Amino acid sequence: MTPYVGQAIRRKEDPRMISGRANYTDDISLPGMLHAAIVRSPEAHAAIVSIDKSAAEQRSGVVAVLTGEDMAPDFASGLPMAWDPPGVDINVPDHWPLKRGEVKHVGDPVAVVVAVDRYLAVDAAEDVIVEYDPKPVVVDPEAALEDGAPLVWEQFGTNKTHEWAVGGGDVAAALEAADVVVEQRVPNHRTSGAPIEPRAAIGEPRAESLTLYSTTQIPHIARLLLAGMLDMPEDKLRVIAPDVGGGFGAKLQVYGEEALVLALARRLGRAVKWTESRSEHMTTSHHGRDQIAYVTLGAKRDGTLTGLKVRIVADLGAYMQLLTPFIPELGFPVMGGCYRFDAIDVHFTGVFTNKMCTDAIRGAGRPEATYWIELTMDKLARELDMDPLELRRRNFIPKEEFPFETKLGIVYDSGDYHGSLDRLLENFDIEGFRREQAELREKGIHRGVGFSTWVEVCGLAPSRAVGPQGVGLQAAFWESAMVRVHPSGSATVYTGTSPHGQGLDTSFAQIAADRLGIDPENVDVLHGDTDQGPWGWGTYGSRSLSVGGEAVAKAAEKVQAKAKRICAALLEASPDDIELADGRFQVRGSPDKAKTMAEIAFAAHVPPQELPAEIEPGLEENSFYDPENFVFPFGAHACIVDVDVETGKVQVVRYVAVDDCGPAINPMLIDGQVHGGIVHAIGQALYEQIVYDEDGQLVTGTFVDYALPTAAEVPSFETDRTETPSPVNSLGVKGIGEAGTIAATPAVTAAVIDALQPFGVEWLDMPHTPMRVWNAIHGHGHGNGHGPPSLGEHGMGSAGSGPSSPDEGGAP
Amino acid sequence: MIPAEFDYVRADSVDGALGALAEGGEDAKLLAGGHSLLPLMKLRLAVPTVLVDIGGLDELRGVERENGGWRVGALTTHATLQDTDELGVVARAASLIADQQVRNRGTIGGSLAHGDPASDLPGVLLAFDGSVTARSGGGEREIAAADLFQDYLTTSLGADEVITTVNMPALEGYGWGYEKFTRRAEDWAMVGVVALVKASGGGCEDVRIGLTHMGPTPLRATAAEDALRGGPLDAERIAAAAEHAADGTEPPGDANATPDYKRHLARVLTRRALESAAAGAA
Repeated sequence: MTPYVGQAIRRKEDPRMISGRANYTDDISLPGMLHAAIVRSPEAHAAIVSIDKSAAEQRSGVVAVLTGEDMAPDFASGLPMAWDPPGVDINVPDHWPLKRGEVKHVGDPVAVVVAVDRYLAVDAAEDVIVEYDPKPVVVDPEAALEDGAPLVWEQFGTNKTHEWAVGGGDVAAALEAADVVVEQRVPNHRTSGAPIEPRAAIGEPRAESLTLYSTTQIPHIARLLLAGMLDMPEDKLRVIAPDVGGGFGAKLQVYGEEALVLALARRLGRAVKWTESRSEHMTTSHHGRDQIAYVTLGAKRDGTLTGLKVRIVADLGAYMQLLTPFIPELGFPVMGGCYRFDAIDVHFTGVFTNKMCTDAIRGAGRPEATYWIELTMDKLARELDMDPLELRRRNFIPKEEFPFETKLGIVYDSGDYHGSLDRLLENFDIEGFRREQAELREKGIHRGVGFSTWVEVCGLAPSRAVGPQGVGLQAAFWESAMVRVHPSGSATVYTGTSPHGQGLDTSFAQIAADRLGIDPENVDVLHGDTDQGPWGWGTYGSRSLSVGGEAVAKAAEKVQAKAKRICAALLEASPDDIELADGRFQVRGSPDKAKTMAEIAFAAHVPPQELPAEIEPGLEENSFYDPENFVFPFGAHACIVDVDVETGKVQVVRYVAVDDCGPAINPMLIDGQVHGGIVHAIGQALYEQIVYDEDGQLVTGTFVDYALPTAAEVPSFETDRTETPSPVNSLGVKGIGEAGTIAATPAVTAAVIDALQPFGVEWLDMPHTPMRVWNAIHGHGHGNGHGPPSLGEHGMGSAGSGPSSPDEGGAP
Repeated sequence: MIPAEFDYVRADSVDGALGALAEGGEDAKLLAGGHSLLPLMKLRLAVPTVLVDIGGLDELRGVERENGGWRVGALTTHATLQDTDELGVVARAASLIADQQVRNRGTIGGSLAHGDPASDLPGVLLAFDGSVTARSGGGEREIAAADLFQDYLTTSLGADEVITTVNMPALEGYGWGYEKFTRRAEDWAMVGVVALVKASGGGCEDVRIGLTHMGPTPLRATAAEDALRGGPLDAERIAAAAEHAADGTEPPGDANATPDYKRHLARVLTRRALESAAAGAA
């Protein structure tokens, strides 16, 4: 029998998802349930002078109208932030679910209205009269660092949140030794996660306990932290993540609304639901990216890289959410990309602004790091007059040198960067393309190609590296699984991960099925309920398969070992002679002597006389798995675009991706993740941007203005894979959920720049909107400010002029 | 995303709708396909007190050829227009509105009554010199496209009037071109251009150019029309005429397009639309 692992089995989740039988949080209606609507600040920075609740309270059907002051007794602490790096001070302001005293960004919650239906709650929320005294606003992170800038938090005396640095080797000497040094300012703009399902939360009181239904990626973490906020024992809080319609990191968070519905349920003794509108999502679900890097890259004349220095200014918004200050730093392990360096030096400066917080959005730090190294490599290639792929080849870490310790002390587990680039060029004929490009240019068609040879770090875990004594997250990141075989021989896998679109119900079933000798159809995968299965850390950072999937494999192997003992007893053989083959547990060499899992499972639950007493009844096992290292997927992508130089419009006409995430569990799921990831990145590169105006008003608050791409905007993707196993886990697997997003933005930008070579365009900042591209073609500056992209033509793009402060790094 | 409270009346006849409108007063609104009105209501940018739903009035649906022109029922959906090839550029423009789900619900009368200068059909109707037939308790009147669009989201329709029919000349022998510039396929036009050209003996006998989203209402590019009409119809003349496409326009700027950029787009798109129209007219 062919193993199930490796097969493109259709998603077990799909029939219920696509036939409308999924159970999302907003689908849940509980007896007597009330509905909450939130009064939010229209001001980006203001003192709350007064709140008049009277009109709202007088509406029939309104149960409660509560302000931040009213709810002060409900919370023992504010919203948590989980990063406390050794030796680094981070300015962390109070962050209450409802604000007291001042608001710091548009959408900041100031009051909540609870009513018998949602319409009434929203109407009554409009009746709450809040008087604000506006204060000066700062939205540009670099302006925020200047002397005299308005302060988001006066108590800190600065808008700087923290600095953090990491380095290896003597970067000054390495750049000194270079023949060529290129410098580039590379913004990576603010985006939204924009899952198709916005957030929702229901707090339900039950006797002494509370239940939270939430659109979360992290039910167990949320339970721990929310119990602390609510000053209640963790075991009295149950958190359930029902079907979750995408997250992209936007639901890797502990949000104020979750704490609010629980506190309201506790206060009012009734279930309370809050469902986010899309406008609220754009305004108050955390954003991602919003960093500016100043990259300095040195090389010898022959292309050999010497040193890399990166100075990063990260706009963190107005508060610290769960991982806000850590997310930019998450890019550091792969700051040097696939390349060898003599020295790398990286420095981060976090900044408060009067905007929504940033936090993890798909890729989280690694798309930014990949973007700046890949595009600066292209710039270096132009400077050296060298083929950008040849420059890469000369500097790739060779496959024989893995595991490879980088100058930053990170050990890349395995890789074959030459191999993935070679495979890419088997799928994409670069010489033929260059001929075609030249012919098309003659006809006025401007086609370009961009490449990205990328490596990323994922598989959070390992706890020792990222935990309190490592980079300082106040958490661990092992993962758990429990495999239970029922008396009839079907099985349930409980995972501590919390899938929300990844297809893990299917891939985990495949992993378990092979080890249990049953069909994946007969394996259910359960997750997202803190009262079911073991504690776990959730789904994010492309960790679920390489950490959670390995835990499933280990638990299933424990079950298999016990099944062999039972089988041996039933067949009067030695356990060592029992093998699992063709879906049967059989005596090695005597295939006629065999038992099925159903027979073994029944015996485990209803033990016959021949089963020795020392074999415990039952057939279920737990596993807790904490890997020893991260995993490092990699690959090579090529993006081909056409630019209409009369209008500036960019169209992606072809996209070829070679990815390596180790041996495939389910190639179809990999393709799905790669496709989605690339679209996500094309979105950032060409379409999507969260824009605030200079008063801190959100300009892109709907899907009209925040231009998510659709299927009509992207080509049919061409994907291929190489398989380089990771030595870190027994499955050999690496993550794939973020790979496309990490890989593709530089490929798109490089393609546009390549197309515009006849116009002397050397640099473009994302997103490449038609007007900005047209401005670049026609020499109207770079047309690429990092603020509102539009109404003027003040290009910022002066390469290499560093920000005022971060060059003098003060971090250890 | 939650509309304010409103009353709802489902009309069973045009007269019934007119009665309900009159009764509802100033803040009563007609509901046709709902794809312009409902999003505004969900954002609470529109707060009607009563919706008069005319979606069930089948007598307002359908496309008919009559007296050398087209009579299109106001409730005819974009999807129907899209599938009526004989309508030429009207079918083409309708096929580019938003996405298929919207086209299945949205109606020509609703789009024209909404008067959004970024929508496709107002500019098309203006280029055709078409009209709408509107009925009120006081009777029926015909409003020329040039008189219909008054300002941003503002038409000359009275609060008590219902568009029943959209009238367009058939413009036999005209070639057409339609250029809609968007960031994404489903977007409203950043700039749109409809061009209609009648050729005779290698020359341009007539030309009409409608501009979308180049001002608070749809516009005619009269300077470009004048530059082309009556002269030779060749690439050089078309390009020269297109240079006048944005003359006198004051398009609204937004985060993705300054007025200058939009004027540039209007010139480029007009040239392209004229080239297609001229090719079709030849």
